[in-house]
Amino acid sequence: MKQQNNKLEKGAVVKGGTSVTNKTGSWRSLKPVWDKKKCINCMLCPIYCPENCIPVKKGLRLETDFDFCKGCGICAQVCPVKCIKMEREVCK
Amino acid sequence: MKLRPLTGAHAVSEAMRQINPDVVPVYPVTPQSPIAEGFAQFKADGRVDSELVLAESEHSVMSIAIGASAAGARVMTATASQGLALMWELLPAAAGMRLPITMNIANRALSAPLNIHCDHSDSMGAKDQSWIQMYAENPQEVYDMTLLAMKLAELASLPAMVMQDGFITSHCVEAVEILDDKKVKSFLGRRKATFPLLDTVNPVTYGAMQLPDSFFETKLQQIEAMNEVNKQYPLVAKMLTKLTKRNYDILEKYKLNGADAVIVTTSSTSGIVKSAVDNLRKKGKKVGMIKLRLFRPFPYQELAKALEKVKAVSVLDRAVAYGANAPLYAETLQSLFSSVKKPKAQSCVFGLGGRDIFEEQVEKVFTELLSGKIQSLRYIK
Repeated sequence: MKQQNNKLEKGAVVKGGTSVTNKTGSWRSLKPVWDKKKCINCMLCPIYCPENCIPVKKGLRLETDFDFCKGCGICAQVCPVKCIKMEREVCK
Repeated sequence: MKLRPLTGAHAVSEAMRQINPDVVPVYPVTPQSPIAEGFAQFKADGRVDSELVLAESEHSVMSIAIGASAAGARVMTATASQGLALMWELLPAAAGMRLPITMNIANRALSAPLNIHCDHSDSMGAKDQSWIQMYAENPQEVYDMTLLAMKLAELASLPAMVMQDGFITSHCVEAVEILDDKKVKSFLGRRKATFPLLDTVNPVTYGAMQLPDSFFETKLQQIEAMNEVNKQYPLVAKMLTKLTKRNYDILEKYKLNGADAVIVTTSSTSGIVKSAVDNLRKKGKKVGMIKLRLFRPFPYQELAKALEKVKAVSVLDRAVAYGANAPLYAETLQSLFSSVKKPKAQSCVFGLGGRDIFEEQVEKVFTELLSGKIQSLRYIK
């Protein structure tokens, strides 16, 4: 594991709000690819997402926040119309 | 300032009364108990408003101390021997979270065989847990060093231990000069915790896991903090000297001028060594003594410099390291490694399990050092 660049507080004390600053998207090996045209906005995937990283605005599902999506695939599993496919993440 | 007849243990209780720490978790263990008893009396008499927590074990004592200190409280406790051993798991946790807990130790041998008397195997066993360690010679020094240790610990954000010899110092009455309460209060001020847990506006987490990406960096901060104590100690000592007119140099150099043979030691034994030095000096022998007050961080450079012109040195350890050099001797050898002119060095182990050491025995060590025919290891039995 590589060294992180975050500022370390004395005594390894961790301040609040690290779930926002500590971006976990890099952990992902599979990426959910969402077909917006097929989506029926049933709101199952935003509820099931354990990272709470599928945003919803005015009753519409928006694109996954890839800063935090760990690629667990639960959204693809619960989707009733199968509009989410898990694809291998490509290293940049 | 007033002169009071106090044991080493009660000198600590008195210092604790003046400090009036927020939380004092304790568990009895010989020969520490009179420290806690003395303080409990002050609490019963309403002379302190500390939270005195009677824990169910020393493991709990240190856990409570850590929790309270993280909350932002000023915490003191005391222990010895098996009690310190039981705390062991928490010692590096207190230091790793950078909590300035001040703990007094009345040195006592570790079991087995069971023994209640003084040797340094308890605190020497905990020497590498990132706690500042100071060794005091007599009740007066115990009192002074307790104040010094607290100031230093809070400055460095590291916990500190102050050692006194069990029974020899902890139970013997000597005249102790006590500072005015007001002076102690102004010397120590109030603790300003960097991240108090009780600050709900700025919430923090203590003791979270750190993985290979950051653990090392936290340890580096801790190493740096401990090294910094080398610079902070003389400053704090100077501040206390202003109040007490007594000296707290890292090394007490006793009659080192022109000394060929020198004994390096700590704690109460330095009294007897000084007396032997006086006797031999009267007979024209060039002998001297170095007493270490600060053991962690270890004053490598200061000790090497003090031993620069010495021909032979014997290091008196009241502890052993099985299969290795005794702790103080090992550190002394390391100090001397980069010296150009190295004195001949001897390890001298004495006083295990509280066995007395006498002036004649110390004089014999000096005679051996002066003769030039030096055994590398000897025991004063």
